[in-house]
Amino acid sequence: MKRRLQLFLPLAIFLGLCLMFYVALFRDNPGELPSALLDQPLPTFELATVKNPDRTVTRESLLGEVALINVWATWCPACRVEHPYLVDLANKGIPIYGVNYKDDQPEARKWLKTLHDPYRFSINDKSGSLGIDLGVYGAPETYLIDHQGVIRYKHVGIVDANVWKNDLEPRFRHLKEKALKATANNHEEEAI
Amino acid sequence: MMKRITSRLIIVLSAILFMGTAYGVIDSYEFSTPEQEQRFFELTNELRCPKCQNQSIADSNAPIAQDLRREVRRLLNEGADNQTVVDFMLARYGDFVLYKPRLSGVNLVLWLGPLLLLLAGLTVLVVVVRRHKAVVAESTQAVPEGQSVEEEALLDQKLNRFLADSLSERSSEDKETDGKE
Repeated sequence: MKRRLQLFLPLAIFLGLCLMFYVALFRDNPGELPSALLDQPLPTFELATVKNPDRTVTRESLLGEVALINVWATWCPACRVEHPYLVDLANKGIPIYGVNYKDDQPEARKWLKTLHDPYRFSINDKSGSLGIDLGVYGAPETYLIDHQGVIRYKHVGIVDANVWKNDLEPRFRHLKEKALKATANNHEEEAI
Repeated sequence: MMKRITSRLIIVLSAILFMGTAYGVIDSYEFSTPEQEQRFFELTNELRCPKCQNQSIADSNAPIAQDLRREVRRLLNEGADNQTVVDFMLARYGDFVLYKPRLSGVNLVLWLGPLLLLLAGLTVLVVVVRRHKAVVAESTQAVPEGQSVEEEALLDQKLNRFLADSLSERSSEDKETDGKE
């Protein structure tokens, strides 16, 4: 009996390999890399905004709230696809900051004017250096940061209702609760 | 005819030989020393482009690869050693950017996996060969080679004698009991 079972061993190994290849072949997003920056603080930077080139923003400008950072550009068709949904999210009160990645500035301003501006402000990353520090390798990419500016999640590709509901919103809510608790504790300490 | 083929072969072979130096880099960077330039080429050929996943950043013309080449050059000009450049890339893009994975963590599976598979294969091979040997040894012991013909003849003789004996015995018995055979 044991011998007979042994004969099935190659078949079992073969089927195991089939399963492995099948899973790898139909992964959601085969090109997606795990972010090396998860649970790392945001990189420092000092850059102008798209709408107001005289205004300089830094890492500190993004702190204080759980927020999304969306990397976008006018040359990126997928960014245009996700744009209306970002506007929806912004209207719901979700704080979103933009990183305008290696883009033409007049074009970018026109885009924000005609398609509505969901961003609190968009950082003009003309050279792509902030992009490199963030580990961006394409647009669109969306980062979720907590109130202390620590990167907690990264989504590569279009943000739509599905992605928001399944991936981003649960994490967003969780971080928000944590932030609330932290501030409550701080207040208590101050009161004592 | 032969000459033509040989000369063609030489051309193709030399093309293959010099292929490695035909980098895809088209930026005109200037370096303070040739040694630095050499390191730039080495590094950009070892680092993988995060966007175009089957090319090094030297090989790729994607905007992100151009930016990364610029960063590598900047770091080298600032006097960084190779490890600093690699760490810079690792901090931003993770293990993925290395064409030669580090010998740590999950990567150990990559490094040791083939070795383990080889060992498993060898073990199976040894076991199978040993078993086969054991089976062959048993069968040769039962009928030693070279004697089988004589032995067979001897056995036949014995068998025939036995059969003849038992038959004659039986027939005499039969006659005694009912005489019908």
